[in-house]
Amino acid sequence: MKDNFRIHSMQITLESHATSTTHEIGRTIGSKVVPGDIVLLSGSLGAGKTTLTQGIVWGLGSAEYARSPTFVLVNEYDARVPVYHMDLYRLDSFEEVDGLGLDDYLYGDGVCVIEWADKASSYFPERHLSVFIRTVSDEIRELTIESCNTELHSIFDALGRIGASITGSA
Amino acid sequence: MEGRAIPTSTSPLLRFRESYGYVAGFRTRSNLVYRLTSAAALNSPAGALAKTRDPQQETSQIPRTRGSRTALAPGTSPEIPSNQLVSQKTKEKNTGIETSCDETAAGLVDQDGRLLANVVASQSELHARFGGVVPEVASRQHLLSIQGVLRRALDESGTEWEDIDAVAVTNGPGLAGALIVGVNVAKGLAASLGVPLVGVNHLAGHVYAAWIAGHGPVTPRMCLIVSGGHTELVLMDEEGRFRMIGETRDDAAGEAFDKVARVLGLRYPGGPEIQRAARDGGRTESLPRAWLRGTHDFSFSGLKTAVIRRARQDGIYPPPPEGPPWENVAALAREFQNSVVDVLVKKTVDASARYGCGEVVLAGGVAATRRSGKPWPAPRTCPLPCLPWRCAQTTAP
Repeated sequence: MKDNFRIHSMQITLESHATSTTHEIGRTIGSKVVPGDIVLLSGSLGAGKTTLTQGIVWGLGSAEYARSPTFVLVNEYDARVPVYHMDLYRLDSFEEVDGLGLDDYLYGDGVCVIEWADKASSYFPERHLSVFIRTVSDEIRELTIESCNTELHSIFDALGRIGASITGSA
Repeated sequence: MEGRAIPTSTSPLLRFRESYGYVAGFRTRSNLVYRLTSAAALNSPAGALAKTRDPQQETSQIPRTRGSRTALAPGTSPEIPSNQLVSQKTKEKNTGIETSCDETAAGLVDQDGRLLANVVASQSELHARFGGVVPEVASRQHLLSIQGVLRRALDESGTEWEDIDAVAVTNGPGLAGALIVGVNVAKGLAASLGVPLVGVNHLAGHVYAAWIAGHGPVTPRMCLIVSGGHTELVLMDEEGRFRMIGETRDDAAGEAFDKVARVLGLRYPGGPEIQRAARDGGRTESLPRAWLRGTHDFSFSGLKTAVIRRARQDGIYPPPPEGPPWENVAALAREFQNSVVDVLVKKTVDASARYGCGEVVLAGGVAATRRSGKPWPAPRTCPLPCLPWRCAQTTAP
């Protein structure tokens, strides 16, 4: 089973030169995800995790601005499907994450977007899309998007087209 | 993508709303109309009791949100401003309970709104090591504190349980587990005493608390609610009616303070720490201000990123082994604080001018922040130093 996942793992790296591009990447992810999908985000403070989430929420048909859930831990948005936007920034151990009772969200009827997911990566189901955001410079971010969930692979075709347009215009 | 099984379980938040019959919104939404909710909306035995006991209070308000997913109790009926609940009776003592976040609080007021007791048990030390409030820890502590806090509020005001004529409780937004404690205590209290139960929106509570300072309502008034979880401009165009006209698009101001404090090597909570550091800030720094012209919205995420960038350049972050140079930390703290306060003040003043507000209310922890060397325009701190948050009230120019 493990090997099977590895074989089908897909990965793409995109470079974003502006907030609007990060929004666009998020929008693309948002337009492809369905209830039950989980998007794990990681990257340093100020990398653009909430920015990407804003795009995902817009891609899911909401006009709302996703706001950082650091303080409240979970935000919920009314989009085409419910979006649960979580943040593990303030948590330090697997036990703390476990104590939050996230299962109801993770195995619920909506799309979950989780910031600082690397704090408890082993906690989440294997069927997820993970996005690592690296701060290259003030303006530039490198997004590595990866998934071993074959049902999410159509996202990569759409992301590939964005990648081509970024390279084309850069 | 086709043919994927869609899980059928309802959302935890929805289930929560159904079980407890009140809205515990994790976040508020734009254009949301806040209303104080009353007993019937709480859909509780106590609510039913209240209705049968006092027919005048049978009318109630229900929380309305833009979406359809609001807990509506069966049998809710027309609306009255909630303060009538207070004014219709004489010789009354009302208690209020608040457990929405990390402070357990109980207060007592008489029918004129005079504060008889105000007891607050803060958990901030408990949460300090986590760098923020941990919901599970908060709810457990509320359970431990609530009875003592209530008892003390009664003792301080020389009140007995039987003297209580109505129970008000914060019913959201806030931390779900924390709210449950206060709401259930209030329900139990109201049911056992046979008195009305009034659910109060947390933000409405912030705004209405300004009344305790002793002046009458002025509408329209502009309310800036600015704390760890909120940065919102709320217009109160008539009593009991709130309209959100601006909010943060990313980080709440208080959250930006906490995160920047961590980057600068300061402790939690970030607000007071940054304010302390800012006093030593001599050198001039320059950070952006996000005006978002044409809207009443706020954004602090770009500022946070700009601080991180400067902190890297100035050798503050990541922290060097010998500790970050204090001079740089202080200068950056000062400019960060000025940037946040500049935006908050200007946008609040602009919005109040646009809607012709006669009064501005500041509420929430961040409202206590002063711009270095320059206070809020004509501030007057509420004479309530024991409240968990401080509020300053100003008159719009």
